[in-house]
Amino acid sequence: MAPTRTFALAGNPNSGKTTLFNALTGAHQHVGNYPGVTVEKREGHFMVDAREFRLVDLPGMYSLTAYSADELAARAFLVDEKPSCVINVVDAGTLERSLYLTVQFLELGVPVVLALNMMDEVRRRGLVLDTKRLAALLGVPVAETVARAGEGKTALVHEAVAFAAQRCGNWKPLVLSYGADIDRALADMEAVIEADRFLTDRFPARWLALKYLEDDEDVIALGRQTGPTAATLEAMAAKVAKHAQDTLGTYPEAIISDHRYGFIASLLKQGVLTAQAGRDRIAASDKADRILTQTVLGPLIMLAVLYLMFEITFFLGQFPMDWLEAGFDRLGSAASALLPEGMLQSLIVSGVIAGVGGVLGFVPLIIIMFFQLSFLEDLGYMARMSYMLDRVFRAFGLHGGSVMPFIISGGIPGGCAVPGVMAARTLRSPKERLATILSAPFMACGAKIPVFLLLIAAFFPAHAGRTMFLITLGSWAAALLVAKLWRTTVIAGESTPFIMELPPYRLPTFRGLCIHTGERAWQYVKKAGTVILAISILMWAAMTFPGLPAAQKAAFEAERAAVTADTHLAAKDAQAKTEAIDNRQAEKALRHSVAGRVGTALEGISRLAGFDWRVNIALIGGLAAKEVVVSTLGTAYALGKVDPEEAGSLSEQIAADPAFSPLSALALIVFTILYAPCFVTVVTMAKEASWKWAGFAVAANTVLGFCAAVALYQLGRLFL
Amino acid sequence: MSTALCLRRLGVNRKARVRAILATGELGRRIRDLGLVPGTELLVVGRAPLRDPVALRLRDFTLTMRNGEADQILVEAED
Repeated sequence: MAPTRTFALAGNPNSGKTTLFNALTGAHQHVGNYPGVTVEKREGHFMVDAREFRLVDLPGMYSLTAYSADELAARAFLVDEKPSCVINVVDAGTLERSLYLTVQFLELGVPVVLALNMMDEVRRRGLVLDTKRLAALLGVPVAETVARAGEGKTALVHEAVAFAAQRCGNWKPLVLSYGADIDRALADMEAVIEADRFLTDRFPARWLALKYLEDDEDVIALGRQTGPTAATLEAMAAKVAKHAQDTLGTYPEAIISDHRYGFIASLLKQGVLTAQAGRDRIAASDKADRILTQTVLGPLIMLAVLYLMFEITFFLGQFPMDWLEAGFDRLGSAASALLPEGMLQSLIVSGVIAGVGGVLGFVPLIIIMFFQLSFLEDLGYMARMSYMLDRVFRAFGLHGGSVMPFIISGGIPGGCAVPGVMAARTLRSPKERLATILSAPFMACGAKIPVFLLLIAAFFPAHAGRTMFLITLGSWAAALLVAKLWRTTVIAGESTPFIMELPPYRLPTFRGLCIHTGERAWQYVKKAGTVILAISILMWAAMTFPGLPAAQKAAFEAERAAVTADTHLAAKDAQAKTEAIDNRQAEKALRHSVAGRVGTALEGISRLAGFDWRVNIALIGGLAAKEVVVSTLGTAYALGKVDPEEAGSLSEQIAADPAFSPLSALALIVFTILYAPCFVTVVTMAKEASWKWAGFAVAANTVLGFCAAVALYQLGRLFL
Repeated sequence: MSTALCLRRLGVNRKARVRAILATGELGRRIRDLGLVPGTELLVVGRAPLRDPVALRLRDFTLTMRNGEADQILVEAED
């Protein structure tokens, strides 16, 4: 078999794998998914002697078992695409643990080149690694690298290309001894597998036998679909398992891993690792942790970091967001001036420009937020936050790592659920991650704030600060309790084991931060141009069509004509009267549109929560973006265009409306916290989880919000 | 030789050697993948502010796990 030009990059999390990938491929990267799973697949190219090679970055992993989606995706890639060589990045400072993955690659037989990374740290510690000896003992080329500085990368790729050419696509599985019992069983099973040609086109026979002994669910399931040999192999594996249990009180799987570690320990003892005089690499990290994770100081520092991060984002983000907003406003005015008044103008200005502009307005926030997030993650602080908070979040079926998505979504009021949902990517446990994605949008995001402020100004002006604080607490309670609800029903199941490395603190590279941040922003912008554009047009149409019948339009025209004809009126009064007529017409038109009719039709049910048709339309508008609730209410109260930031007259109007009461305002606040996320968030949820779960969030949150609002309103009426 | 105790009960700054891993299946596999096998030396370096999870030092790196998972690991304390 000729060598392909595909190379894979693999290694433990925190081994500097991604840094090395960036150093090798530069900024020319492509991010996709492995087939059928949401595991991110990163690809790039590198050149050796004017020939181009493809490099696929496998997910960070500790082992090749079937423990997580990451490991399964990596394994499937190796056996199905048969890369000509795996470049295995190893943190030279934790050689013993890191080689555990290497040994598993060797057992599989794929050609491996070892990149001993972070050699600078090793040298500083005064350790001496005999790489030649290691290479000889393992039978693979070994190169020393310092990925942060790009040191050794050229030698590494040359080694890899030369080795791939030499091995020429041949896989040579490493034969380790796992003790007499297992070895005998392996030989027997290998014979059976080869006699039946059972899955031998995909896996080496011995490796397959080993997976049966290791009780690997993925391989066992695959075997059952393939043929009757599976039953024979399972029976053989069960016999070995019983024997191990009877004689040694342990499992074949444990015996096998013991022998792997034994093999590694004997390698290192044969002169690979010497002179342990220097200072402990993790000593400095430990000192920092003594303060940063201390019982009292740790949480306080964490709060300060979160708060600072938040302030930086919204302070720095304000400027570019304002510019973008002003830019789109100007674009809208220009389009209004250029296009003749009518449907097309309304579509372009209110549908397309306002819709896409609203979405692109988030881009600066996403960039700043993710830059800091990548910084904290690469620094190693994110792992400490998970460690400190895990106990709290676990009580609600979440994970310590859920804190970041919650905070960004608006755990400190003013965030945004779009980057919040995206931040859940750092969670490695699938169930906890999904629960986080589903509950993060309950937080008090920046777009809900004007709605809350409007209602507070109208009904609770004396307790504004306290009410806002209670709303924030309520949002946290909602997110945590609903997460718990889903984790005990639709995503029930044992919590994923929290066995996590606390990597030593390391300063991130600026280049790596820029690459990651740029990627996230670009993915988001691409969405804005497609799905989100379509939905904005849909929302616009729902609030525009059908237009008022000609007779009613004519009536408003006649009124306006009467005002203009009235010569007794001063120009100012005439203008005011015309505007009032325009606003009444807008109100009528809104009520007449599809959204208006739905709102009116829903009045029968929504009365239970104290909402009239105006509130209903506004809430429908809020599906586009929550601040639209305020501007739609403005139209519905015939106030013309209301700026969400200065809604003073609107709050007076609402306070005076007999249809509203403090109780129905409270019910509306509760509903606003809980009901369907805005569509930008929905699209992001679909991207991060699936359309099914995004749809579930829309339906379930709305039902939940309505039930809570009705309960509050009805109980309140009983007792007040 | 001292008696075996469960890792949850080992205090901060105490050293120990792993005697047995009780967990099977996914949790057991995960524990072994990260280098916790019988014979491994470890040091308890700290506990989170709410006393759970626990942070361990072994094989030149730091690992954290929940108390529930530490229950699955039997160790012999060393002084």
